[in-house]
Amino acid sequence: MLRFVVRRMLVMVALLIVISMFTFAMFVLLLPNGNPAALLAGRLATPAEIHLISVRYGFDKPIYIQYIDTMKNIFTGQAYSYQSSFNVLDEIRAGMPATLSLAIGAGLIWLLVSILFGTIAAVRAGKYADRVLTVLSMIGVSMPPFFFGAILIYYVAYKANIIPIGGYVPFSQSVGGWFGHLVAPWITLSILFIGFYSRVLRSSILDSINEDYVRTARAKGLSERQVLIRHSLRNSLIPIISLWGLDFAQVIGGGAILTETVYNLHGVGELARDSIGRLDTITLMEIVILTGIAVVVIGAIVDVLVAYLDPRIRLA
Amino acid sequence: MSATEPPLLEISDLRVAFATEDGTVQAVDGVSFTVSRGEVVAIVGESGSGKSVTAMTLMGLPRGSNATFQGTATFDGTELVGASDEQLRRIRGAGIAMVFQDPMSSLDPVYRIGDQIVEQIRAHERKISKAQALDRAVTLMERVGIPRAAERLRSYPHEFSGGMRQRVMIAMALSCSPKLLIADEPTTALDVTIQAQILEELRKLRDETDAGVILVTHDLGVVADIADRVIVMYAGRVVEQGVLDDIFYDPQHPYTWGLLGSITRIDSDRSQRLPAIPGMPPSLLSPPKGCHFRPRCPHAFEKCVEVPPLEGHVANRPESLDRCWLTEDRKRALRQVDGQVGLRSTEPVIS
Repeated sequence: MLRFVVRRMLVMVALLIVISMFTFAMFVLLLPNGNPAALLAGRLATPAEIHLISVRYGFDKPIYIQYIDTMKNIFTGQAYSYQSSFNVLDEIRAGMPATLSLAIGAGLIWLLVSILFGTIAAVRAGKYADRVLTVLSMIGVSMPPFFFGAILIYYVAYKANIIPIGGYVPFSQSVGGWFGHLVAPWITLSILFIGFYSRVLRSSILDSINEDYVRTARAKGLSERQVLIRHSLRNSLIPIISLWGLDFAQVIGGGAILTETVYNLHGVGELARDSIGRLDTITLMEIVILTGIAVVVIGAIVDVLVAYLDPRIRLA
Repeated sequence: MSATEPPLLEISDLRVAFATEDGTVQAVDGVSFTVSRGEVVAIVGESGSGKSVTAMTLMGLPRGSNATFQGTATFDGTELVGASDEQLRRIRGAGIAMVFQDPMSSLDPVYRIGDQIVEQIRAHERKISKAQALDRAVTLMERVGIPRAAERLRSYPHEFSGGMRQRVMIAMALSCSPKLLIADEPTTALDVTIQAQILEELRKLRDETDAGVILVTHDLGVVADIADRVIVMYAGRVVEQGVLDDIFYDPQHPYTWGLLGSITRIDSDRSQRLPAIPGMPPSLLSPPKGCHFRPRCPHAFEKCVEVPPLEGHVANRPESLDRCWLTEDRKRALRQVDGQVGLRSTEPVIS
């Protein structure tokens, strides 16, 4: 187990280095926004001014030096947006509570509800409950967050006045306010995943019912409920947990741009949207690297969890 | 086994049908036989002959609304066909235990061996503590020849070889002292040396516990090794049954001749091609009229379009039953092929 964890950590570090290189290459070399110094200097700058800025920001240095300098700035929190001259890390830090609150709440909801719905659909396969859940999950998968969010805001927040219209209240300020402001975003984001996850779990459970070890479990004289929970479901959860880790990390890295924007949560996702709007490459770079870190770290945690759930993986 | 004691298992006119999109598949078509305590009964037949479905039906394992069951199967005073789920659950694993064909996939990969054995014990004996159940698991594993059982208890299935896993399956099957053990091709997935060891375990078990054993197999070598009585199935029906030696030395049904004739023999002429029964087993969606073996039988005649009853035809051998219209003398003459029992080939044998 220890060897597995150590090996996983080394892979993690290597992955992060590769991710940072790709991100840098993408935003600095490939993004067609021209000379960053010219962009910074403004429309009326003279070539001399542009050159000055180029030297000041290090754009004249060889590309690998630029890469190392940029990474140094990003990882020491010294990166400043070229456009707004805010410290990027401070910006991300400001958005993190909202994004984390969204991710953790929604992540739990979509995981638990998917397990419930997927199991019910599998147990009642072909029957009424299964059909209803199939239709619901199709709607869930195909419902864009900006549409569903708009519906919730209009009917539940604006018309019925049950929840506030967007915004974010920190947990430390008011627990009730925090919860009230997040219920709708949680539901909106979860619905997207519940549809997909419950479908995957349903078919995974139905496949496992034909497995020899499930037949053995039945032959041992276990009740149907024991067979289902201890053997079918237990084995079917393994792919679901792996999937969940990836999607959860995505949301932490500001991946829920649409949901954050619709509800005006001022999270990392919204920061990403604003940065795209003004081609703020350094902020985008840092958000992408943050997403990379989230995916890699949570991926590693989930791998350890999956290795615990499936003993065969430890040897692999 | 006294004459007055009722048999452990008595199956009478068992019929299992599956409704499919193409029609009804009569997988088991009027099967009757008995198993006594301490007796090993082998059910042989090729794939699709209904032998596995028969075995699974006893455990109540064919599931799904498309299966229909008729007839009776009485185990130790309890009727199995039409029993409630809870009744069957109590019998499964405790009264009747089963060992499956593929030990590689029959154990749940995510649980320790010991926990899987304990799970079965505690499913039937609610009062036993986990420690007691683990102790029993160690004893069982030692009994089926797993070395360092106390240590191996904590292993996962993937850390065991196929033969060891099948031993675990047998230990698990024994955990609640079943009266009947159903072994569905228990050695098919194992190599030959391991096969012999597993058969030895089954034999030991039968001797020690006096349990009845149903051995489902298509391997006549295994049958000759361990069975007391043999039931030959073809296309959902029993075509012949009898004591082991009678089946091997005085077989009555042409299908049995074909099976025996297609075994490689160490003393046979190697220049000849290994005989096979010509043709294919019939589709159970639309089986042939009368005797199911008729289309493949070189000895078929007019009467074979009527279903032959499973009856005794041999004098002084009431336990030998077969479904064939041929007279005993004709059978004895027809089954001789090159001085051995076999099914006469309709095409010339070329080397």
